Amino acid sequence: MTERLAPNTPEDVIAAVQWAAANDAPLDIQGAGTKRGWGGVIRTNHVLDVSALQGVTLYEADELVLSAGPGTTLIEIQTLLAESGQQLAFEPPDLGPLFGQPPGLQTLGGVVATNLSGPRRIKSGGARDHFLGFSAVTGRGEAIKSGGRVVKNVTGYDLCKLFAGSFGTLGVMTTLTVKVLPAGEKTRTVLLYGLDDGVAMRALTHALNSAHEVSAAAHLPAGIAGRSAVGYVGDVARSVTAVRVEGVGPSVEHRCAALRELLGIYGEGEELHGHNSRTLWREVADVATLLPDTEKAIWRLSVPPSMGPTIAQICAGVPGADWFYDWGGGLIWLACDAADEAGANVVRTALDHSHAGGHATLMRAPDPVRQFIPPFQPQSAGVAALSERLRENFDPKGILNPGRMAPEPG
Amino acid sequence: MLKMPDPDKDVLARREEIVRALRQIVPGEGVIDEESGRRAYECDGLTAYQQMPMVVVLPETVEQVSAILKYCDAGGIRVVPRGAGTSLSGGALPLEDGVLLGLGKFNRILEVDEDNRCAVVQPGVTNLAITHAVTDRDMYYAPDPSSQIACSIGGNVAENSGGVHCLKYGLTTNNILGVQMVLMDGEVVRFGGRHLDSAGYDFLGLITGSEGLLGVITEVTVRLLKKPETARAVLIGFPSTEQAGDTVGAIIGAGIVPGGMEMMDKPAIHASEQFANAGYPLDVEAILIVELDGPEVEVDYLIGRVEELARAEGATEVRVSQNDEERERFWSGRKNAFPAVGRISPDYYCMDGTIPRRRLSEVLAAMRDMEKKYGLRVANVFHAGDGNLHPLILYDANVPGELERAENFGADILKLCVKVGGVLTGEHGVGVEKRDLMGEMFTEDDLKQQQRVKCAFDPQQLLNPGKVFPTLHRCAELGRVHIHGGQTRFPELPRF
Ligand SMILES: Cc1cc2nc3c(=O)[nH]c(=O)nc-3n(C[C@H](O)[C@H](O)[C@H](O)COP(=O)(O)OP(=O)(O)OC[C@H]3O[C@@H](n4cnc5c(N)ncnc54)[C@H](O)[C@@H]3O)c2cc1C
Repeated sequence: MTERLAPNTPEDVIAAVQWAAANDAPLDIQGAGTKRGWGGVIRTNHVLDVSALQGVTLYEADELVLSAGPGTTLIEIQTLLAESGQQLAFEPPDLGPLFGQPPGLQTLGGVVATNLSGPRRIKSGGARDHFLGFSAVTGRGEAIKSGGRVVKNVTGYDLCKLFAGSFGTLGVMTTLTVKVLPAGEKTRTVLLYGLDDGVAMRALTHALNSAHEVSAAAHLPAGIAGRSAVGYVGDVARSVTAVRVEGVGPSVEHRCAALRELLGIYGEGEELHGHNSRTLWREVADVATLLPDTEKAIWRLSVPPSMGPTIAQICAGVPGADWFYDWGGGLIWLACDAADEAGANVVRTALDHSHAGGHATLMRAPDPVRQFIPPFQPQSAGVAALSERLRENFDPKGILNPGRMAPEPG
Repeated sequence: MLKMPDPDKDVLARREEIVRALRQIVPGEGVIDEESGRRAYECDGLTAYQQMPMVVVLPETVEQVSAILKYCDAGGIRVVPRGAGTSLSGGALPLEDGVLLGLGKFNRILEVDEDNRCAVVQPGVTNLAITHAVTDRDMYYAPDPSSQIACSIGGNVAENSGGVHCLKYGLTTNNILGVQMVLMDGEVVRFGGRHLDSAGYDFLGLITGSEGLLGVITEVTVRLLKKPETARAVLIGFPSTEQAGDTVGAIIGAGIVPGGMEMMDKPAIHASEQFANAGYPLDVEAILIVELDGPEVEVDYLIGRVEELARAEGATEVRVSQNDEERERFWSGRKNAFPAVGRISPDYYCMDGTIPRRRLSEVLAAMRDMEKKYGLRVANVFHAGDGNLHPLILYDANVPGELERAENFGADILKLCVKVGGVLTGEHGVGVEKRDLMGEMFTEDDLKQQQRVKCAFDPQQLLNPGKVFPTLHRCAELGRVHIHGGQTRFPELPRF
């Protein structure tokens, strides 16, 4: 039977972790639990539920900074920021529905611990780039802090970067401080129709290499585009290539027009304004609408953008493959049949093709598949050994989410 | 006085043998043994501290770096990496018993990959050389430290350097995609590449700003950006520093993130004006330089709003640059502020704390009081947009006791920065300079955990020891597991 420990304060977290360490009882650390399917399966009878550590404790709009407990829902934070015309610039997607959960539940702790960023990642950086400071309890049961509440800070190692994307394996975060930014007043999206993957990538590169400060760049092959709720995308029965600009009104209008002219060589285009533009990029970020088949496995590949189409072409050999691109070609979302090894061999070999590196994460697959296919890209022997030494220094007894990131040793 | 780790007598005794072994690895001129040659490396930009290195080695290949580190690791020999030696915190200060490993010969740009908007460069390439190499493509590398003509990209990564444009475009850590690095045991590893984010722990983020303590960087992949269509600057004068500070808050509060936003106080304005003739108003207490970049329509529109906001806060002078030449003139005073202050004072000591911006007036007022206490003057330049202060303390090293007073003054300023919610260093690094102040910001447990990070990379603590951490603990001791408490079942903890 699973027992849930539900601390109310950071002191409770220390007590819980010390107890777990003394009793060799691994903890499965959860906020809202929307991303439980992401990463390796953790074998334990104890859940550490941090959802009660919630609430915004500091928000200073003119200082561009916000602090909150890890269990604070993103919706709460986003609503608060919107009142001052601000946002989390890394555009965190809501992957709840992709993992079969309701939308709107995810927490700040979960977003940072998975370093989850959306389409604006290419312009404004990822969760890691907006994570300024934290307090946490390490696997030693000790409270530590790193960073601060200011952007310019090089005092000591940047443990924020290390904790962002550490999937709870280094410490249980008890407070997080993030940088917030003004939201663009206006948003427009330029659409191109009917391009194949290769030409689409040239168009995206063209746009991204211009001075027009593109804030998102995606390509949806025809079958995928057809699933969009936006008429100009869903009803055209062709592939759709999309490029977004955001900012103050006059600038957005100017850049949108300039991009249409620049991209005119790729054929007729269209443009989306406010509401339609926001809907499309939500769909691209959250994935579930565009890759709706819940039976399928989902892969997420981060690659050098120019290699996107080549790698996707190789992955096309996996049974049931269906994919689209974000991040100007640098992010591929791939759905495929979940049977056997869910295409792991082909997908990971495809990456070797890019030489310049990259990684493929098996985001969603039935438990038995996740038990023999490492969900995260296997690392070189040197980096894997270094990772293990580092993890052990934070959590010598292996009680924090063991097996979630790297397979459990031995 | 600064205490460095005790020199290892055994290593010093083996000096000749070590030099011979290094010559086996790096032939010819690459090993500098004679005193006159080593002298050039005895300090970095923090000239108050000097130490002759035991020997200097200037490798040219990754294999050589790996062999040097492997040899030193096996022999228990300390190593200090060095780029261009412009560090202002003593990060590249040599050790008496240490090998100084200079990366100056790694000076090639290996590839410009326009399609992936990045360049692969060797660590000794200067910051500005990267931008120069891609100027014909209308691209640039965004972080622009004032030292950009001289400082190396490897040093920038090691220090996570910033520049006047990092408010909008980010610091080094936000602008690199990958590195190749050699660990102390000689192992060559790669973190990142030309893609975004990491499959495992974000080592790229961790090693950025790690001040040469975790490994030697031998290659860097940097992000390139397209040059903005236009840039214009506004020069604004205020009757008080408060008003200048409030204007900064108002601009950001209005949703505007300028390309750069710099403040100077009266002493800094006067020093710069004498030196650079930038045309700064001399009858004001503070100036702000606000640069907007992007398409012309955007820049024009935002300049109008900035002007309005500044006037509403009581600006007495607002000048908008009419062409690039004028824009550069506005900047010339700011960019030359350090040498300008060097003209009006025999020596100056540059501090680098960051504060929450709204505490600025209070911090400046406290500094005025400290001027009286220490009998020294201070000129302030300030990356206003992100709260990063550079107080320049004026002193004369030839007057007995003045250096010490300047250092104590500086320490007081930094303690105040921490007290108001800020940090000890915004971009220059801890090095040896702020090492002994780390306890102001961190607990013993915080610092021990940071040192455990080092232990994962360099268990014998041979790479750049004596920097960043006030007390060196042995890794064996740090690794021990003490489980506190934990016996009771914590009945007060809700379970269900
Ligand atoms: C006039 C002046 C203005 C400055 N302005 C700014 C500014 O605006 N913003 C700013 O951020 N800084 C500024 N600095 C500080 C300094 O230029 C930066 O810290 C710079 O990044 C140091 O680069 P470097 O190549 O000189 O490194 P060094 O001084 O040689 O070394 C700095 C540190 O990095 C380590 N290191 C160097 N190369 C490597 C490598 N390849 N691998 C591993 N470790 C390495 C060294 O061990 C040392 O700890 C300024 C300095 C001066 C003198």
